[in-house]
Amino acid sequence: MTALLSVHGLTASYGEGQVLAGLDFEVQRGGVTVLLGANGAGKTTTLRAICGMVRREGSIIFDGKPIQNLSTEGVVRLGVAHVPDGRGTFTQLTVDENLQLGAITRRGRKEIEHDIERCFGYFPVLKERRSQQAGTLSGGEQQMLAVARALMLRPKLMLLDEPSFGLAPMIVKQIFDIFRTLNASTSMSMLIVEQNAALALELADHAYLLETGRVVFAGRPDDIRNDPALRRSYLGY
Amino acid sequence: MELLLQQILSGLATGAIYACMALAVVMIYQSIGHLNFAQGEMATFSTFVAWQLITWGFPYWAAFALTVALSFAGGVLIERVVFRPLKDAPALSHIVVFIGLLAIFNNASGFVWDFTIKTFPSPFGQGPMFGAFLNMHQAGMIACTLGMLVLLYLFFSRTRLGLSLRAAAANPESARLVGVRVGWMIALGWGLASAIGAVAGMLIAPGVFLEPNMMLGVLLYGFAGAVVGGLTSPIGAVAGGLIVGVMENLAGTYVPVVGSELKLTIALSLIILILIFKPSGLFGKTLAKRV
Amino acid sequence: MAIERVSAILFLLAAIAAPMLLSGFFIFQVTMLLVYAIAIMGLNLLTGFNGQFSLGHSAFYAIGAYAAAILMDKFGIGYLWTLPLAGLICFAVGFLFGFPALRLEGTYLALATFGLAVATPQILKLTPLEHWTGGVQGVFVAKPNAAMGLPLTADQWLYYLTLSVFILLYILARNLIGSRTGRALLAIRENPIAAQSMGINVSLYKTLTFGVSAAYTGVAGALGAIVIQFVAPDSFGFMLSVTFLVGLVVGGIAWLPGALIGAAFILFVPNFAEEISKGLSGAAYGVIMILLMYVMPSGAGGIVQSALRAVRAR
Ligand SMILES: Nc1ncnc2c1ncn2[C@@H]1O[C@H](COP(=O)(O)OP(=O)(O)O)[C@@H](O)[C@H]1O
Ligand SMILES: [Mg+2]
Repeated sequence: MTALLSVHGLTASYGEGQVLAGLDFEVQRGGVTVLLGANGAGKTTTLRAICGMVRREGSIIFDGKPIQNLSTEGVVRLGVAHVPDGRGTFTQLTVDENLQLGAITRRGRKEIEHDIERCFGYFPVLKERRSQQAGTLSGGEQQMLAVARALMLRPKLMLLDEPSFGLAPMIVKQIFDIFRTLNASTSMSMLIVEQNAALALELADHAYLLETGRVVFAGRPDDIRNDPALRRSYLGY
Repeated sequence: MELLLQQILSGLATGAIYACMALAVVMIYQSIGHLNFAQGEMATFSTFVAWQLITWGFPYWAAFALTVALSFAGGVLIERVVFRPLKDAPALSHIVVFIGLLAIFNNASGFVWDFTIKTFPSPFGQGPMFGAFLNMHQAGMIACTLGMLVLLYLFFSRTRLGLSLRAAAANPESARLVGVRVGWMIALGWGLASAIGAVAGMLIAPGVFLEPNMMLGVLLYGFAGAVVGGLTSPIGAVAGGLIVGVMENLAGTYVPVVGSELKLTIALSLIILILIFKPSGLFGKTLAKRV
Repeated sequence: MAIERVSAILFLLAAIAAPMLLSGFFIFQVTMLLVYAIAIMGLNLLTGFNGQFSLGHSAFYAIGAYAAAILMDKFGIGYLWTLPLAGLICFAVGFLFGFPALRLEGTYLALATFGLAVATPQILKLTPLEHWTGGVQGVFVAKPNAAMGLPLTADQWLYYLTLSVFILLYILARNLIGSRTGRALLAIRENPIAAQSMGINVSLYKTLTFGVSAAYTGVAGALGAIVIQFVAPDSFGFMLSVTFLVGLVVGGIAWLPGALIGAAFILFVPNFAEEISKGLSGAAYGVIMILLMYVMPSGAGGIVQSALRAVRAR
């Protein structure tokens, strides 16, 4: 495997204070990487930095191209889909329009319609709600919509910010099953930020632990499971 | 009864103008969350451009189309050059810059075309219609406004560009995350507003006289229409503009003194009352929220 | 502090000496400068120190001017008495307008006050009020002579009168801002919700500030009416509000002495621009306002204050 995304010395800041203190990490082609860390460790900021949503410095190479100077739109147009924390639903637009927007940078009406049907295949509940205002969906449905909207880009890399946050265990399982299917059936790579470490580690091939804006551990999921100290602090057993 | 009908019809005609201005106001409000106080003066300037083209011998509709196109480009340019550097500036800076633009356009109109009043032709003629209830120009104004509304409706609901524009207005951050070029959508909103304002100016000029201060009062009515309609919906803006026009006319006929002499105060009171008691307007969408 | 005291003394000396050195028309102009400075100071209390926008201060200026003119013309009240009365009337009107303003934030308040400014000339022309306001014609006001047999021309007398009022109102404003009340106003400007939770009665302070601001501008209007000896509806249109806003922005937001700089600007720049070509003054205003927002949003006040900081830091 080669790296699809490789990040070196990434720093980011909101106004004054620096939040990330020079991160190094990679996402392999077709692989799933997970970022773990306590609240406030800088996970969300890391994803936002990749997409140019905060001021950032350092080197970010995506698919062989440096993207650290691109605008958010520019990064997205290269094939990076971001499911942000808070889900980023267009609440006043319909479910259908939300999905259409996911494919707004693509051409080809037929293919887009086809992909919408495919998303409805993953998340049948969205089909029932397709002409409903997206703000009226439940939290779980909005998370499904956010994932579906990201898929509509046909991304090479999907960034997921705590996709399980605030959802019932049933729904979480459903969404992660779909991630697993996607990972197995397409070449799409994923960078997942999760509080639910156990679940995320099942899916991942690489894991990084973040503490106050620094990578404090990098390795394979088994390395975490087999290290008593890490297991206790991140997996809780 | 006949008087009432006549007043309502001609109220709809003036309301059509207010509706155009309200539409323009809403376009920019949706893009950047501010009211463009220079909208009226921009429209006046556009109307002078049309007057100049007609004076140079352009056929009316050619001048009309060219003016709309130039105004569109001008609106885009203003956003790119003047407002883009201000995008994170506080509200006061925005208001000051709007007022600055107002002063510039007002003066530019007077400077280039002087302050003497000018007549402006109507493409529809001034002959009577509907048994003298409306003249041709008034009927034409209503038709133009409704036509523009239909076009905008189709643009926003049926085209991908329209969808991008709505997405950028509703949620800029998420719009960026699906690859919408939000900066350009804002510029496009300005272009549309400026073009719509130009149409409003060209429609109103035959009924009043063309001069640099032609639009100040009209803009207040446009704001009133937009506020009544809820500031976020183009259909609401048009409905609001028409309501304000009819109200103004009825008050002018049936309320002694106040109705005819305090028209602007009526618009002012309407704005304040709606903003205080129903800030989302009569037609503004209130989102069904689920907790 | 020393620098401020020295500049205040220099200003006073220059201001007192000015009429001796200037000819009649210049005295008139400098008097108008002080009148505008009072109006801008009023706007600054509201916008600069309390964070509420107004595009409607031309209306309060008009009310002050008409109050003075009508009180003199119809009631025979002495011109000196019209000043506090105009201030009181405008305080009441501003205070009342402050209530709906409470519910309106930012752009919406700008919109409501814009409407007020646009509607004002029409209200002044209202037929039933014509007996008082003189309709489109307006009202003429007699020029007062120097009081107490002072050996001054009428122009010089008016100048000193205006200067005294300016100094009085300046000191009042300064004390107000330095007081607990002033800190409350600033707290409201920065964060109304936090201010509320600190126990500040936000509504009361905001409406009172509206009243005080209107009163300042109303006194300026009354003085203006006396100095110009004439009031007419069309001189109090929206453009006058624009002028005050320009003065505020140029002089510096939330910096009191800036009122003088702003007033000088709005008085002399149009003359200068009109000399180059008719109808250029508005464009000059516009360009300068926009450029200031890019390079120096805090106006002359910002420049002076950062210069002072630099001097002190050495
Ligand atoms: N918009 C913001 N402005 C200022 N600081 C922020 C902002 N968002 C996050 N931070 C700070 O950045 C740090 C990292 O936050 P975040 O990336 O959201 O952490 P995580 O997602 O790991 O919980 C925290 O200390 C947080 O307070
Ligand atoms: Mg987070």
